[in-house]
Amino acid sequence: MSALLEMQGVSKSFGGLQALKDVTLDVHEGEILGLIGPNGAGKTTLFNLISGAIRADEGGIRFREESLVGLPAYAVAERGIARTFQVVKPFGQLSVLANVMVGSFLRVRKASEAQRRATAVVHLVGLEPMMETPASSLTLAARKRLELARALATEPTLLLLDEVMAGLTPTEGAEMVQIVRDIRSTGISILLIEHVMAAVMSVSDRIAVLHHGEVLAVGTPSGIARDQTVIDAYLGEEFRIAGD
Amino acid sequence: MNSLFKRVASPIRLGSKDVRGLFVVVVLLAVLPLFLSGFGLTIATVALMFALMGTGWNMMGGYAGQFSFGHAAYFGIGAYSVAVLLTKYLLSPWVGLLIGGLLAALFGLLTGFLSFRYKLRGPYFALATFAFAEMLRLLASSSSFINKSIGIHIPLVGGDDWARIQFEDTRRNSYFVILFLLVLALATTVWMVRARVGHYMVAIRDDEDAAAALGVNPLRYKLIAVALSGFFTALAGGFYVQYFLFIDPDLAFGALVSIQILLRPIVGGVGTIWGPLVGAGVLSLLGEWTRALVRQPPAFLGFLQGVNGLDGMLFGAILIAVIIFAPDGVVGVVRRIRARAHR
Repeated sequence: MSALLEMQGVSKSFGGLQALKDVTLDVHEGEILGLIGPNGAGKTTLFNLISGAIRADEGGIRFREESLVGLPAYAVAERGIARTFQVVKPFGQLSVLANVMVGSFLRVRKASEAQRRATAVVHLVGLEPMMETPASSLTLAARKRLELARALATEPTLLLLDEVMAGLTPTEGAEMVQIVRDIRSTGISILLIEHVMAAVMSVSDRIAVLHHGEVLAVGTPSGIARDQTVIDAYLGEEFRIAGD
Repeated sequence: MNSLFKRVASPIRLGSKDVRGLFVVVVLLAVLPLFLSGFGLTIATVALMFALMGTGWNMMGGYAGQFSFGHAAYFGIGAYSVAVLLTKYLLSPWVGLLIGGLLAALFGLLTGFLSFRYKLRGPYFALATFAFAEMLRLLASSSSFINKSIGIHIPLVGGDDWARIQFEDTRRNSYFVILFLLVLALATTVWMVRARVGHYMVAIRDDEDAAAALGVNPLRYKLIAVALSGFFTALAGGFYVQYFLFIDPDLAFGALVSIQILLRPIVGGVGTIWGPLVGAGVLSLLGEWTRALVRQPPAFLGFLQGVNGLDGMLFGAILIAVIIFAPDGVVGVVRRIRARAHR
């Protein structure tokens, strides 16, 4: 498999705080790469760097062989990287369908075509009963789906999902896992930040562990679950027993 | 962010019902002059002029969420463009309207770029727009090219003249001109709201970072909103000059003008197509009612006889009441009542 997204020696500090230190990591074409690590490990900062929300101090980020360094967020989206936000950001005054249409408009100019494509995406994430509901009156679970639908509507090559399962009930979480699998089966690569370990272990092809801003380990889910440094730093002994 | 700068009545998707309703209202407005006498016609004409300004303001302050406290800048540019081009270059006000609109759009692009470039948002952006309008007022007051603070009189040609937009005999025609300009602005709003540009503008208003992550260039679409808004507000300014045949720096660029412009959409409902229309209607009736009250107050309000500025005080009180009790305006209140009735 070839690398779709390559990060090479990426570092970022906020004042005296080193959020990311010399991060080198690839996302392969067609894979789901899970990104785990304790709070404050730098996972969301990494998303912000890739998506152009903030700039790296050092290091290179390349997407399909093209450097993303210095590109504003909207230009990164144009190139085929879409993201969701951990703290959901619905366009509260717009209906669910119109929210998703904002994403669709990246690829089509005509409103009727954008609406057609957005409708299909709304069905994919199972929000069709709420098509005309203002986004501000959705439940958290529905907002997470909307966040995903909007990103998906931009027809990305790479999807960055920031904790789309956090705060969901087990049933809602299982549905979300299925949606993520369905998305991957359409050929979209996914980089997934997740705290729900069962979900991330079952859905990911590979897992990268971030700790204090550094990549601690990269490997298959079962390999990561047995990695002693990862267990010491993040998973803890109980997880090993449960995982065995 | 301060709630004053983030207040919207409802989701923006314009249903076919809204468009049909607008069409009906426009038809009603078109036949209204048949039932109005001279004075009523003047009130209606001025109300439509305010509706046009409000519709212009709403594009930027409502849909795109960039609250302007200095829309007098665009109004004044439109007014002075028509006045100067007519009195100095003998150009028809129709040409003046177009050029004034384009100049206002250009001014909006320039000042908007400077403001957004330095990331001014909410109250800070509003203050910047106010400062730009004041700059123009001071500039106009000291420029001998446009008669400084004396202002410009438009010569009366007498009779009806479509090319000069002057209708001494058939005042009804002025009403049709402003109705035509208002319909242009409303049609543009309908197009905008349904097209990509409107979706992008509202997305930026609701969450700029999320919009950017979906490929929206926030600067570009804010500037489009400012340019459209400036253009249509300037049309109202150009019409004002041809209707009242006089303009001076305070009437064009004064702070009171900016307040008058944003008052209608706020009272009616920010970010809705109906807001500026409803606001203009309600405030015009209220304004006339207070003026009549001051002229001939009932016995127990005798002390109001001849008190000037009562309508201004009333408008101020209404604005405060709307902000506290109905931040989404008349349209928002009506929608809430209807939603409750449907349940």
